Amino acid sequence: MTGHTTKTIRVDTLTRVEGEGSLYIKLVGERVADVKLKIYEPPRFFEAFLRGRHFSEAPDITARICGICPIAYQMSAVHALEKALGIQISPAVRLLRRLFYCGEWIESHTLHVYMLHAPDFLGYPDVIAMAKDHRALVEKALRLKKIGNRIVQLLGGREIHPISAAVGGFYKVPTKQQLRGLVDDLKWALEVSLETVRWTANLEFPNFEQDYEFVALRHSEEYPFNEGRLVSNRGLDIDTAEYEDHFVELHVKYSNALHSVVRGRGSFLVGPLARFNLNFDKLPETARQVAIDVGMRPPVKNVFRSIVVRAIELVFACAEALRVIGEYEPPATPRVEIKNRVGVGQAITEAPRGILYHRYALDEKGMILTAKIVPPTSQNQKRIEDDLREYAAQLVAWPMEEATWKCEQAIRSYDPCISCATHFLKLSVDREEIRV
Amino acid sequence: MSSNVKRKPRIGVFKFASCDGCQLSLLDAEDELLAVAGAVEIAYFPEASRAISKGAYDIGLVEGSITTHQDAQRIQEVRRQCKTLITIGACATAGGIQALRNWKDVDEFMRIVYATPQFISTLKLSTPIAEHVPVDFELRGCPINKHQLLELIAATLAGRKPNIPSYSVCIECKRKGNVCIAVARGVPCLGPVTQAGCGALCPSYDRGCYGCYGPMESPNTSSMTSQFRILGQADSQIGRAFRNFNAWAWQFRKASEECERT
Repeated sequence: MTGHTTKTIRVDTLTRVEGEGSLYIKLVGERVADVKLKIYEPPRFFEAFLRGRHFSEAPDITARICGICPIAYQMSAVHALEKALGIQISPAVRLLRRLFYCGEWIESHTLHVYMLHAPDFLGYPDVIAMAKDHRALVEKALRLKKIGNRIVQLLGGREIHPISAAVGGFYKVPTKQQLRGLVDDLKWALEVSLETVRWTANLEFPNFEQDYEFVALRHSEEYPFNEGRLVSNRGLDIDTAEYEDHFVELHVKYSNALHSVVRGRGSFLVGPLARFNLNFDKLPETARQVAIDVGMRPPVKNVFRSIVVRAIELVFACAEALRVIGEYEPPATPRVEIKNRVGVGQAITEAPRGILYHRYALDEKGMILTAKIVPPTSQNQKRIEDDLREYAAQLVAWPMEEATWKCEQAIRSYDPCISCATHFLKLSVDREEIRV
Repeated sequence: MSSNVKRKPRIGVFKFASCDGCQLSLLDAEDELLAVAGAVEIAYFPEASRAISKGAYDIGLVEGSITTHQDAQRIQEVRRQCKTLITIGACATAGGIQALRNWKDVDEFMRIVYATPQFISTLKLSTPIAEHVPVDFELRGCPINKHQLLELIAATLAGRKPNIPSYSVCIECKRKGNVCIAVARGVPCLGPVTQAGCGALCPSYDRGCYGCYGPMESPNTSSMTSQFRILGQADSQIGRAFRNFNAWAWQFRKASEECERT
């Protein structure tokens, strides 16, 4: 439990991660007077109705927070609950969870790179319009996305809200042969991901570097998915259980999402850019090499270049999936037997969009007493506003239509869950003339 | 443009309180997406496009439940603009997981989640679209099955009845040749009272169906409850089984409330 600091910062919160928002920027002369990223997606109260449910239901229930990254919710839930229950998963289950996450990253990153973000760079309203002029590219992207979804489908039954993840393991695990059936597709996907890195690196980026605090998991051996310490480029290095001692959430009036800040410092950035900058040395050789070839070395401080980093993570996810499949031996049992017990457990895993924190407290019957969930988009939200404050100042002289699109593109660089990422703005820019 | 060129049917995709997963199903139809985009005009789909064109729409796909005053008004406007209105998924069709608030004090929920509840505006109930406006077809599932969605769009455009069965998950299980996990292994399974459409996924993955497609056409929920009791489930557990993604669908609602009374 967190301490008693003040009511405003001690919040069991769940806010809309994806969903609907609008942006408000106020310019007074040359000065940006106000920036509000407003998330008006209606609240759904997950943390409230998780109370009184059995722990075994949490992976299925929390998946419904987000149709785009349900595996992230399932993974943070199972790890936090396993900690609360004091159980160890088998090495084979650990490997399968990495593969599961590879599938989600491939699916989600491809969706974002090609279908949500690329149209901004090429000047189209959407991927459908883009396909009219770039059909082969879009077809390739769809096939890549489908390969990610095939992994998820094989391990989890279906792409959205998969049904096989369980506290302690999986309801059913695949055979070696089933996994080997993915290898040819993944080899193709690896090549296409490498092409994607080179292609995205040649896009045109605005000159916009910021001094970010990057926050990501870091593991001693691997590029992070499910395990590691939480680190930053400003000296943060903590156990994931200490998250709530270092990060606080503020409820602002204009938004149904909560703003997250590093205690005593301010906004921070989670997601691909943070992972890349803090874990470059843990990328597999193929991914590291292609990054160097296209001139991407940490620290990358231009958030618009996150599209290139997502492509580099696609290379990682394909290579990692192939590695896991090569090493996999099915576990003796798909999941560990679990006894109900009292406990508290926290976990952080790396969702495609950045760190996702879960904490649960359980009673002696395994019923959830309290739950806390902090999604990546609410952690990035304040940082997005800070970026826009800087960026809008560069756009003062631009025609309104273009300035609006540029701001949207800046927001989309964060891949805030999907519907935010697209129709975002309803940008209303107030311009007040300064009267002399 | 010559007047005998047939206008492409216009589709709009509208979101209310939801996870976005059902509309994502359209983008997850990787093999069919470009063909669909060729056959229809996707006129309003904020999740996928920056271009937003005004109604009317031939087909409106509505995701999500109604949980705010603004949304209760917005759905009226959406209905006026859509010739055919189809709800997609458990939120739009049954109120979704967020309908769990319907049995609780929503003010208390708000205090649990938000530090300053007065900033938040929400209704006491999460309700399906059909409680607000007439709906032409309700597509089930949490999430929906993308093949059913494509069939439904094709059938609507062709003016025929969609081939979407309302029988139970058991039929799909039998067709797949699954051994019944409830009978053979005593695993509690909502398959007999749940509508088909998922392909009997959970039993195929060695777990009981958890009812994410909602009640089948004529579910015998009291018999289901008795069967769960025989398998050693306490009424509190049975109540929770009915009370998840389709909790507010009246058949499941009745079943869970009966478990609370015993």
